[in-house]
Amino acid sequence: MSADQQAPELPPLAARLARAFAAPRAQRAALIPYVTGGHPDLETSARIIGTLIDAGADIVELGIPFSDPIADGPVVQRSTHEALLAGVTPDDVLQLAAAHSGSVPFVLLTYVNTVLAFGPERFFARAFASGVEALVIPDLPLDEAAGGAAALAAEAGGLKALAAANGVSLVPMAAPTSTDARLDMVAEAATSFIYCVAVTGVTGARREVGADLPGLVGRLRARTAAPIAVGFGISTPEQAARVAGLAGGVIIGSALIDLIARSASADSACRAVGDLLRAASAAIANG
Amino acid sequence: MTIETRFGPYGGRFVPETLIPALDELTAAYEEARANAAFQAALARLLADYAGRPTPLYHATRLSERCAATILLKREDLCHTGAHKINNVLGQALLARRMGKTRVIAETGAGQHGVATATACALLDLECVVYMGSEDVRRQELNVVRMRLLGATVVPVESGSRTLKDAMNEALRDWVATVGHTFYAIGSVAGPAPYPAMVRDFQAVIGGEAIAQVRERYGHLPDEIVACVGGGSNAMGIFHAFRNVPVRLTGVEAAGEGLDARHGAPLAKGSPGVLHGSYSYLLQDAWGQVAEAHSVSAGLDYPGVGPEHAWLKDSGRAKYAAATDAEALAAFRTLAELEGIIPALESAHAIAYVLRGPSAATAPSPSATGRFTIDGAAASFDPASTRFAAGDLVIVNLSGRGDKDVHEAARLLEDLA
Repeated sequence: MSADQQAPELPPLAARLARAFAAPRAQRAALIPYVTGGHPDLETSARIIGTLIDAGADIVELGIPFSDPIADGPVVQRSTHEALLAGVTPDDVLQLAAAHSGSVPFVLLTYVNTVLAFGPERFFARAFASGVEALVIPDLPLDEAAGGAAALAAEAGGLKALAAANGVSLVPMAAPTSTDARLDMVAEAATSFIYCVAVTGVTGARREVGADLPGLVGRLRARTAAPIAVGFGISTPEQAARVAGLAGGVIIGSALIDLIARSASADSACRAVGDLLRAASAAIANG
Repeated sequence: MTIETRFGPYGGRFVPETLIPALDELTAAYEEARANAAFQAALARLLADYAGRPTPLYHATRLSERCAATILLKREDLCHTGAHKINNVLGQALLARRMGKTRVIAETGAGQHGVATATACALLDLECVVYMGSEDVRRQELNVVRMRLLGATVVPVESGSRTLKDAMNEALRDWVATVGHTFYAIGSVAGPAPYPAMVRDFQAVIGGEAIAQVRERYGHLPDEIVACVGGGSNAMGIFHAFRNVPVRLTGVEAAGEGLDARHGAPLAKGSPGVLHGSYSYLLQDAWGQVAEAHSVSAGLDYPGVGPEHAWLKDSGRAKYAAATDAEALAAFRTLAELEGIIPALESAHAIAYVLRGPSAATAPSPSATGRFTIDGAAASFDPASTRFAAGDLVIVNLSGRGDKDVHEAARLLEDLA
């Protein structure tokens, strides 16, 4: 981002994210694996995160299990359900991030009620202290994050301002259904990167990455120089390479979680996710 | 007047960005339709000729005697499809057609909203898909058959507690993927804005009729309005017309096996949080994981509640009681025996509340100090005061009929089997 005068001003910690997007370790777009924290259990999850970093992750996105994940398809739903049955708490996931964020920058995905129940300020402070630079909150659209009429953290100017005051960036999301006016708001709100939703739908593998994607990325590009990471539906190295040709970051989630769910042991889970991530990394690098 | 998106701090639109343009589109379409005479006339015609409105305000004399108060039942159970749900769905289905949507999805708990939606879709030639928790599919088998007979596709939902909460999650996920051509007909005053206000508006016909009927018959306002509260649409529907007059508004939640055990009473025992797109009271653990509700009635088996109820509670304008499964079952039976009316198990919670009889408190009720007119102010009126006094005039919203519950009641009341 250093070469671009229009880059948004970044909070201190999101600087690591900015570097990861500007200079990915081995390829031309940042590779961002997403897994559910604590799935299938805390110990295995920690090993999986280590494997993902070794296999070329530039950034790790970790999900906090929530009882009612309305933006998630069946694969992620099952993983969060199993993690909850295993007793995994938001606190556990923050500790997972803290244990690994020395190697690569971390992003947490959480539903908003988790933040509210934790206490927003306390949650943001804990995230910051755990080396988490940014939060993706899929059920907190821009209007609610910004406060305005919202009562949530209204005294701090809304959850976004409260997060920023605690050194954590809230990541705005853009969707294929977003109007130009919404994309203006997304661009305006970007303080680390923009999460571009590739499909009109919930998370989960798709045979085709959305036909609308190049258009959506182009509309965002016309508005901002902030890094754009694309997620939802990207499951194969070929899809990852195609998305990497369009955007600065590629998020692979459900495909990894599916491999973990299908594995009989921690060893085989690590082997499987490592193989997929290395293949995706190579495909992105070879373009 | 623009439609409310918040009620005090409650409400809002906590949904994925993908849905925001659709909610904007819906808000604009509803505001336009609300002011459109042709739309209102079409809806009024369907409510009258098709749904059977106005519903009677029935003086339940034997029940009144038992309760030591004058109890009037607002007979929503006599609506086509057997519950108040049809009021809302006719409005939303007309709106869907007006917006050019060809497919309607809905969530359902007891099955009443699903049946109503399937009915309206058959009437208006719209494709209909209903999400229903598999536990509710078991409990409300009759309604599943009705929906299929009406041409709807019923999708059993196997996630979570397999009840209304999970059905609504699944409907939201469907909508995220199909938002271009699909209209989501939410069945309660819950969900993201504009649903809580829009559904309330469509249900407000209940209170609008009741206030006219009670004035015509008695020449004055009632002392108290009582309605069961799950998501809270029948309660908001009857409360709304009485919001600015000195009448006590009482919602009755499901106390299930008791308020210290498994229940469905977020207003009594929950705390504010976000579920299904709005900020309101909900049952949750210390980490914000949404807890499973429990009620003998599938329609009250919901861990959340509409955001306007949260605000009515906090502001003190309405008060909320709770009735247990056992009380509701007893009331279910009592109303059948005393009045020849089998209520829905949901509505039986409101009946259970009046069966507790008048409050022992001696504070004068509005009726003891002179009747209020609709325009009159009431300096002594205390909306949070305890329940009705002996001789008071009380309207209970009998939101639905109990045909759907007969099988479950036979299972629970051994001597009926």
